[in-house]
Amino acid sequence: MGILIRGGEIIDPGSGTVVEADLLVDEGVVAAIAPRVDGRGHQVVDATGLLVAPGLVDMHVHLRDPGQTHKEDLRSGTMAAVRGGVTTIACMPNTAPPIDHPTVVEYIRSRAQAVGVCRVYAIGAITQGLAGQALAPIGSLATSGVVGLSDDGAAVANARLLQQAMRYAREADLPIIEHCEDRQLTDGGVMHEGLWSTTLGLRGIPSAAEEVIVARDLLLAEATGARLHIAHVSTAGSVRMIREAKARGMRVTAEVTPHHLVLTDEAVQGYDGNSKMNPPLRSADDIVALRAGLVDGTIDVIATDHAPHAVEEKLVEFDQAPFGVIGLETALGVVLTALVGEGVLPLARALQAMSTTPAAILGVRGGRLAVGAPADIVLIDLRRQWTVDVQTFASKSRNTPFEGWSLRGKAVLTLVGGQIKFSELPVEALS
Amino acid sequence: MRERHLLGLRELEISAIQQLLDDADAFVAGDRDAAATRQSLRGRTVVTLFYEPSTRTELAFEIAGRRLGAEVVRCDVDHSSVRKGESLVDTGRTLEALGGEVIVLRHPSAGACDLLARTVGCGIINAGDGMHEHPTQGLIDVLTVRQLRGRIAGLRVAIVGDIMHSRVARSALWGFSKLGAQVTFVGPPTLLPAGMQALGVETVSSLRQGLDGVDVVMALRMQCERQRGGDVASLAEYARDYKITSDVLVQLPPEVIVLHPGPVNLGVELDAAVAYGPQSALLRQVANGIAVRMAALQWVLNEVPSRSQEADRRETPLTSAVPANVH
Repeated sequence: MGILIRGGEIIDPGSGTVVEADLLVDEGVVAAIAPRVDGRGHQVVDATGLLVAPGLVDMHVHLRDPGQTHKEDLRSGTMAAVRGGVTTIACMPNTAPPIDHPTVVEYIRSRAQAVGVCRVYAIGAITQGLAGQALAPIGSLATSGVVGLSDDGAAVANARLLQQAMRYAREADLPIIEHCEDRQLTDGGVMHEGLWSTTLGLRGIPSAAEEVIVARDLLLAEATGARLHIAHVSTAGSVRMIREAKARGMRVTAEVTPHHLVLTDEAVQGYDGNSKMNPPLRSADDIVALRAGLVDGTIDVIATDHAPHAVEEKLVEFDQAPFGVIGLETALGVVLTALVGEGVLPLARALQAMSTTPAAILGVRGGRLAVGAPADIVLIDLRRQWTVDVQTFASKSRNTPFEGWSLRGKAVLTLVGGQIKFSELPVEALS
Repeated sequence: MRERHLLGLRELEISAIQQLLDDADAFVAGDRDAAATRQSLRGRTVVTLFYEPSTRTELAFEIAGRRLGAEVVRCDVDHSSVRKGESLVDTGRTLEALGGEVIVLRHPSAGACDLLARTVGCGIINAGDGMHEHPTQGLIDVLTVRQLRGRIAGLRVAIVGDIMHSRVARSALWGFSKLGAQVTFVGPPTLLPAGMQALGVETVSSLRQGLDGVDVVMALRMQCERQRGGDVASLAEYARDYKITSDVLVQLPPEVIVLHPGPVNLGVELDAAVAYGPQSALLRQVANGIAVRMAALQWVLNEVPSRSQEADRRETPLTSAVPANVH
């Protein structure tokens, strides 16, 4: 028995076309898309008034599994994902042990298979132990199925080591995903360096801390021919340099988080640890540049950098709190409300940045609903008003900067491989 | 949860600042016995919780509380369960459960007082949180100048030294500017913070230029414990350009007021002749510290009925990780 999604507005993010049609899911794939499909023998989902889109692909997620499962694990993280309409996630390697060996990749693959509710791909480490000293076994990691390489949490500080890693990555056709930050310029900073860090008496992280490494990495990627993907871009200067590199024909891609698109450093007032992340929330001018970068394609992807931390870990002095906020369950709602709803970004472009493009960068299937494609689908109610209540989240952690926000637009049904993994539709809609 | 705290001067209403200054002035002018007789805080419990060393501030709060009849208890952090790793929030909740009604907190982290204010039921008074604010010091500085000049509006104040790391500089900025004074920050380029122009504060690195035409010179202690290597070449190099000496003061009108929050590094920020000279208001600042802290304690504590009335209807959760009113 398959599932007939009836009467929804089917969107193809790549082309922007929206068609009202029926979509039949059977045997885990999209079996048919047509104006009217016979539903006999299948479960029927009434998708009238709902958007039917490819499931979201979040290429920057910290699942904390193995090793820090008090914050999140493969089950809770994937459950959080499907509640946010996400059907594929790529998880970062800063676990304990880190993903610097095929055995850890295999653990994640098999564990996700056993308890996860969405697709999980591993991102391998660039250096052993993420220590920045010696190369991780990139060839073995590639064979074991990682979809990218990163030392996320830090940049590879040794430029020569990064260069060597890029040469291996080029051969394996894996993107190098860099967290661009010069630790010496960060120098213990805990928020953006500017008027607010001065006012609040907190050490600031200058924009230059990100930009000097973006510049360095662009040059190294150009010299080695590697595919570079810049994680969580946060400054106008970074956007400018990426735009120039792309104009020269360089193979570089970039991502931005929802929180960097809507929050400034002013949000740190009150010293709530849920406003602390790295890179930090920056200025209004940076937001303008990030949004412009998304619109003109300089920034390709919206990814959450979902970074769970236990409540007691964030309920400490601001400078002591770990960096990071969760995002899987709020990303779509925030993007639809603050960007699409405000006319900053077209709907198709937003969905493309959250599904089609990240899937392409990682070399995984996703982001397009065509006959034969895996049935990774999200039904989105663009008109649904909801209030962020973190106590209802599937994530084990509560560190969101969006608590209490009124949002418009929500995933109401998520299918992975043709199976319903999350539903908020009324029972009558499912027959 | 309590509504009234003294966390800083930046967000404090001007009317509240005026009230605190006026109350402090009344304590200065009034007979010491009168305050003792009135005992406005009798039966109330004040706890001081200092994670950083202090002479003036800590003792002034103790004396101030006792003078108003309060029970003042010092939590000696270095010999407390903080040494066993107890968190700030749990420490605060413990002090509340022990009967503390106001916690006077000094802490190396900016925002530490804000954290307690939203997780603990006591009134919180900021005695200095990292580089952020030191509101009672700011009130002392403003009060001292008001006593000597009769007003604040229209005066020009230069704050000299390690502005970057100074909570005293920030509280003084808010206190003086909200009452109508013009503030200039003077210091080495590495110790002048970003973005101040947007607040209408001039920042200059030349001492001569910064002091031109000022009514008040406030010298700050070099915050060596907060600085990183590379901020100043040496204290001697700093003193060469920024020490307030008799030669510096002679260029200014004789009524100029010299302030310093203390403790002074003699020979670095001030020389002895200035520190103990006729324009120095340092000891007046210290004496004003008692009156200001009496005003602060009274202001925070007189917001709600005393503890015994509340005890029955409120329980204190010691173990819940998520407080009811986190915002």
